[in-house]
Amino acid sequence: MSDLLRFEDWTSPVPPVEREVLSRLVEGEDEQPPLLFVPGPSMGAWAFAEHWLTHAAGRGFPAHALTPRADGDLRAHVHDVVQTAASLPRQTVLIGHGAGALVVSHALARYPARAAVLVAPAVDRWATLGAGLKTNPFGTLRGRPRLNRKQLFSAGVDAEAYLSRLVFPRRLTASKEAPRPVGSPPVLVVGSPDDRVVPRKSLDRVATRYGGAPLLFPGMAHALMLDTGWQEPIDAILDWLTKELHAGS
Amino acid sequence: MHDTPDIADRRDAVCVIGAGASGLATIKNLREHGFAVDCYERETSVGGAWNWRHDRSPVYANTHLISSRPLTEFPDFPMPDSWPDYPHHSQVLSYLERYAKHFGLGEHIWFGTEVVSAVPVGDGRWDVTTRSTGGGSSRVQRYAAVIAANGHNWSPAKPDIPGANSQEAWKGQIIHSAQFKDPAQLRNRKVLVIGGGNTGCDIAVEAAQQATTVWHSTRRGYWYAPKYVLGRPADQVNDRLLKWRLPLKLRQWLYRRTLALTTGDLTRYGLPAPDHRPYESHPIVNSQLPYYLGHGRIKAVPDVLRFAEGRAELADGRRIDPDLVITATGYAPRFEFLAPELIGTEESGRPDLHLHAFARKHPTLAVVGLLQPDAGLLPLAHWQSVAVARWLQLRREDPVRAAAVQQKESARPVSSWSRRQVVATRRHWFEVDHIAYLKSVGELLREMEPAT
Ligand SMILES: Cc1cc2nc3c(=O)[nH]c(=O)nc-3n(C[C@H](O)[C@H](O)[C@H](O)COP(=O)(O)OP(=O)(O)OC[C@H]3O[C@@H](n4cnc5c(N)ncnc54)[C@H](O)[C@@H]3O)c2cc1C
Ligand SMILES: NC(=O)c1ccc[n+]([C@@H]2O[C@H](COP(=O)([O-])OP(=O)(O)OC[C@H]3O[C@@H](n4cnc5c(N)ncnc54)[C@H](OP(=O)(O)O)[C@@H]3O)[C@@H](O)[C@H]2O)c1
Repeated sequence: MSDLLRFEDWTSPVPPVEREVLSRLVEGEDEQPPLLFVPGPSMGAWAFAEHWLTHAAGRGFPAHALTPRADGDLRAHVHDVVQTAASLPRQTVLIGHGAGALVVSHALARYPARAAVLVAPAVDRWATLGAGLKTNPFGTLRGRPRLNRKQLFSAGVDAEAYLSRLVFPRRLTASKEAPRPVGSPPVLVVGSPDDRVVPRKSLDRVATRYGGAPLLFPGMAHALMLDTGWQEPIDAILDWLTKELHAGS
Repeated sequence: MHDTPDIADRRDAVCVIGAGASGLATIKNLREHGFAVDCYERETSVGGAWNWRHDRSPVYANTHLISSRPLTEFPDFPMPDSWPDYPHHSQVLSYLERYAKHFGLGEHIWFGTEVVSAVPVGDGRWDVTTRSTGGGSSRVQRYAAVIAANGHNWSPAKPDIPGANSQEAWKGQIIHSAQFKDPAQLRNRKVLVIGGGNTGCDIAVEAAQQATTVWHSTRRGYWYAPKYVLGRPADQVNDRLLKWRLPLKLRQWLYRRTLALTTGDLTRYGLPAPDHRPYESHPIVNSQLPYYLGHGRIKAVPDVLRFAEGRAELADGRRIDPDLVITATGYAPRFEFLAPELIGTEESGRPDLHLHAFARKHPTLAVVGLLQPDAGLLPLAHWQSVAVARWLQLRREDPVRAAAVQQKESARPVSSWSRRQVVATRRHWFEVDHIAYLKSVGELLREMEPAT
């Protein structure tokens, strides 16, 4: 019912903001659907601009990344993702990371994505809280939680520059589980068993919800796209996508 | 029934008629539910009413939405949030063009092709005859279902006013609002606008800025709502009352209070008092009409009885001498490609469909967009087309459950989804309350949920 009656959007629309979107386009861009990368609100589009955007564009996918607005709630972030996706020329693939995957999982109920990928999805509130308490109790207990180096990056990453760009907004919470996606897009869950933010069990649970098993990259930390081994997961994602796109047509 | 060899069998494909807003949503949602779709559009591009290059488009140069953006956009493809509260018609067209491109709908549409007939051939299938718009040969194809999204705001309903077309009675020019496109048509003329719908009010306001004299003839009093209340688009404020589930009586009282405090008493300008309660006629949203009435630029007049001796004779006995008359008397639904009984057409010409959408006796025939909501049409057309797609899917995959749903739906009281308490004119044939209507469609969708 609430699907059809959207009083909140009808009576108090989310106030618009300027959105930062970084893009790597493809010449003659019509073969592949656009990709929209959505980081959690601690990071910005920069986290994907580092490696993944260029790599995806190199493989023929026009690639875009959205910087989450400052201090938005879940509804505002979902609004921004759907607005950005709808502004692209074709039906878009949504790829969310961390709390950005939570945003994407809710955006899927508002926009019929071509496909979706949830990377290290911080979707289960209690599971991520538990994992955070183990490695970073003080950072986790703050009203504006602070992820630390150990949680985000594996040992080989030169993390100083990245850490200095992190911001610490309020924790994103969802009052209920994400509704069923519209347009039944294929959904892939990607993660690492060694992620100290999103535990392995949580990856399994999320993947099951979307009717699959998680694709795992052992040895990597939470920020897969900034890890030294960043290429392996993005290649696996694009391979999966290529297969799904052909299966559909 | 036997097959004629030159009928191309399109098997499980669905035929969609029209590529306006409703047709586009129907193609997209049928595709999402796994159907092959052939859509026929007699014009050369998408957008329907909003494509003002089309001859039959009812929009004029300065048309802006009257329903605000959040209540007008498709629920799964928002308009840019940088757009104004009430976008211009050219923005609505570009929105529909982007929607079509985004979801790759163009490849399923045959432009410049008109559907001239759709005939049931038994077991739910249809023979659809199409012809290219410029004339030329016709073609028959067989489909599993037919969904008409042909719009109901393009065939002018013209009043029959004695003497209007006789040079002896009156020498001026009379046109229907469908032929009004450009404010220049009004410049330096003495204009009489007939009809108090949103079109009539818009044109009267336009004329107030262009013409030398403007009369606005309405056959009854209406509730003229402003576009903004308390600094917000009026429809957004109204939905707040609906969200709080205030009873109709209380909303009617609030409506009167709000209009009294904003628009004020219009009978001082010679308009008749409304002969019905608030919410009993299609909403008129126009902040400028009272303004120009107050400036004497628009003169309110009653019904026009006849044209005679070079003048228009009014119901109150006055005689006026316009040289241009614009009848903004609305549009009539037209389904020339369907035998009237297929959609339960009543004597008056009003089709009788379940939820204004499903043919009662033909489970594979539906109409999308045949609604007059008190909010934007697109969200309702979207959910109608989702319901149609789920219904066809259920019928294909689980005929037993489909039959049960049909049984249950046929028992649903009409009053639960159709606004009954309205002024009984053609204008209100398809009037619905968007909340009540969406609730009913939501219930239907729930009944058709895939069993888990
Ligand atoms: C002046 C004006 C202002 C309006 N303002 C608003 C507003 O503010 N908000 C709102 O929500 N609505 C408004 N509307 C209502 C408007 O009609 C709808 O928004 C919308 O355009 C309806 O879309 P549709 O697809 O149902 O019909 P249409 O847009 O009329 O499209 C029907 C299409 O079917 C095609 N067609 C018809 N018959 C055939 C056939 N036999 N074969 C092939 N093709 C065929 C037509 O060429 C057309 O392209 C307004 C209407 C008017 C007249
Ligand atoms: N976005 C916008 O700015 C905008 C602008 C225009 C139109 N629209 C929409 O487009 C649709 C059509 O609107 P419309 O105004 O063209 O038509 P409409 O709503 O049908 O209004 C027709 C008007 O003409 C009157 N009328 C009908 N037949 C008559 C007759 N024989 N003699 C005298 N008066 C007669 C009606 O009176 P009764 O009330 O007595 O029937 C009514 O006032 C509506 O949904 C409307 O909301 C939107």
